[in-house]
Amino acid sequence: MAPVLTVKDLNVRFALHHSTVTAVNDLNFTLEAGETLAVVGESGSGKSQAFMSLMGLLAKNGTVTGEALMGDVNLLALSKPALNEYRGRDIAMIFQDPMTSLNPALRIKTQLAEVLVRHKGQDQKTAERHAVEMLERVGIPEPAKRAESYPHQMSGGMRQRVMIAMALLCQPKILIADEPTTALDVTVQAQMLDLFRTLTNDFGTSLVMITHDLGVVAGIADRMMVMYAGRSVEKGTVDELFYDPRHPYTLGLLTSTPHVEERSRRLNPITGSPPNIEHLPRGCSFHPRCAFRFERCFAEVPPLRELENGRAKACHYEDKLVYEESAA
Amino acid sequence: MSTNQGELLRIDNLSKSFSIGGGLFSKPLKLKALQDISFSIQRGETLGIVGESGCGKSTLGRCILQLLKPDTGRVLWLGTDLAALPGEEMRKRRRDLQIIFQDPQASLNPRMTVGEIVADPLRSLMPELSAAARRQRVMEMMEAVGLQPEMINRYPHEFSGGQAQRIGIARALITEPKLIVCDEPVSALDVSIQAQILNLLSELKEQFGLTLVFISHNLSVVRHVSDRILVLYLGRMVELSTGDDLYEDAKHPYTKALLTAVPIPDPKRARQRNIDALTGEIPSPINPPSGCTFRTRCRYAIDLCAQKRPPLEDLDSGRLVACHRWREIDEMAGMGSSPA
Repeated sequence: MAPVLTVKDLNVRFALHHSTVTAVNDLNFTLEAGETLAVVGESGSGKSQAFMSLMGLLAKNGTVTGEALMGDVNLLALSKPALNEYRGRDIAMIFQDPMTSLNPALRIKTQLAEVLVRHKGQDQKTAERHAVEMLERVGIPEPAKRAESYPHQMSGGMRQRVMIAMALLCQPKILIADEPTTALDVTVQAQMLDLFRTLTNDFGTSLVMITHDLGVVAGIADRMMVMYAGRSVEKGTVDELFYDPRHPYTLGLLTSTPHVEERSRRLNPITGSPPNIEHLPRGCSFHPRCAFRFERCFAEVPPLRELENGRAKACHYEDKLVYEESAA
Repeated sequence: MSTNQGELLRIDNLSKSFSIGGGLFSKPLKLKALQDISFSIQRGETLGIVGESGCGKSTLGRCILQLLKPDTGRVLWLGTDLAALPGEEMRKRRRDLQIIFQDPQASLNPRMTVGEIVADPLRSLMPELSAAARRQRVMEMMEAVGLQPEMINRYPHEFSGGQAQRIGIARALITEPKLIVCDEPVSALDVSIQAQILNLLSELKEQFGLTLVFISHNLSVVRHVSDRILVLYLGRMVELSTGDDLYEDAKHPYTKALLTAVPIPDPKRARQRNIDALTGEIPSPINPPSGCTFRTRCRYAIDLCAQKRPPLEDLDSGRLVACHRWREIDEMAGMGSSPA
């Protein structure tokens, strides 16, 4: 089956006063039908900007080049009105803070119904009925009553459910979720991840989960893509990357993450800090923090190379990744 | 575990509420942030305090430091009631009690150099030091937290989040405190930096013989650093025990639910796990449920739980649980229905 989304040579640049920064650099990936792809990275890795650019949501000083193909249609080449037809209907995005995405002055049902009126041409009554049904699907108790409320009358968890309901109203092919559970308490986060699993399954939606939390990735994703300083540095299935990471940054993220089920005495962090994308180091952007670097890493940017089974990594180092001191 | 035993701090029956809203014609509402909190902190240990939003964990940290005045109850430092100390005495005590905040950038004055920020507590708490001695100490402390002493004249904006948190830690350490309250010290940091700071805190704890109170919503982080862990829910203690007991054999249904909800960074384990997500959300602390505050989300709740508040029961060796039914639940789990 053809992928639902194919992204080719995606570059996102922002014009600053005296310079241009490249927030996303030559990104290539596909999203298969019905799969969940986790996009993992730390602040400044470009993980959010890459997907904001697909949705036409870049800040005014941002420009995007490359292709994002849904079928034969390149989302990046669409005019604004044409893109509006796709957004919400075929591809939807939700964010960390639902309050910033909901209109505080409109009732929940009005905001939800608008999507169906706009994209499906339903009349207001029908649309509102469908909106209430969807609220029920996402686990909102007393949906008919809650549909009458305003966003501020709901808790953070409920608002995030409303966002998910709104995003799924038209049963889009792709749902992009940018840190959707980061602001939520852990018990509510668990409910929400469960909801994502159920709904993507039921609707056959492909999910892109943008997150920094490897726990969330392990619980929900099929494949993952690790980003660092605007580039994709490793791609593969979740099991491949967790149990056999090939890029030193992926390994570093894993050994930095504390595990609730075991009390290891010491974490093995990555030294240094993520680079400022205005002044990227020469060669591989990760080399100043890398325990496996050698001369070549200082000079040449490693390209993303295909390994076996569709895995890929962008790293010059060929041997097995083993830290010199054991991580005991 | 801790090497030098002995009680450093005791919280005795502490309660704290806040008045919110209220106007000319309306009475303010009472938000009960903490109720009937009693526990002790041993010298040299790390006590983790966990709970979800509104459980009172930050308020508790601030009450320990006397940054907030409890309504009732006492905070005893080596047996002395801190609130009863005259101003000058309390000032001296402040040398021993320090805090590290969540947002490192926001907790540093942007107009002061790193040297001034780190030296600031010395000015008021150890005024007897000369300028040269202060500078010397600042440089030593910067070195101890992994900052180059040459950076002493730089300003906070020149530092990354992780480095800014190191500055905050140096400032907390400069008066040679005995106890530091760490209030979500790594929550605002990237994963790779978070691990650096956690390792740094454990090194400094050894080096300076510190006692730490580690407040966080992140149970994996708390598990990693803590000797004992206190779980709060809606301003009340639900369970207190050693980290291993808590994570391997939690007694309170809320603790159990909290632990199974924590995402595990291991795909195979994550798939095996039977996540039994807690339903509903945390009720408002302005109008908490009667009896056991957790009963509205507890699947074991019975009539008794609505009528009577469960007492905090001392199981053995200081392990505390507040649940009417923990024994029955324990037996049920033992009888085959496999624990998650």
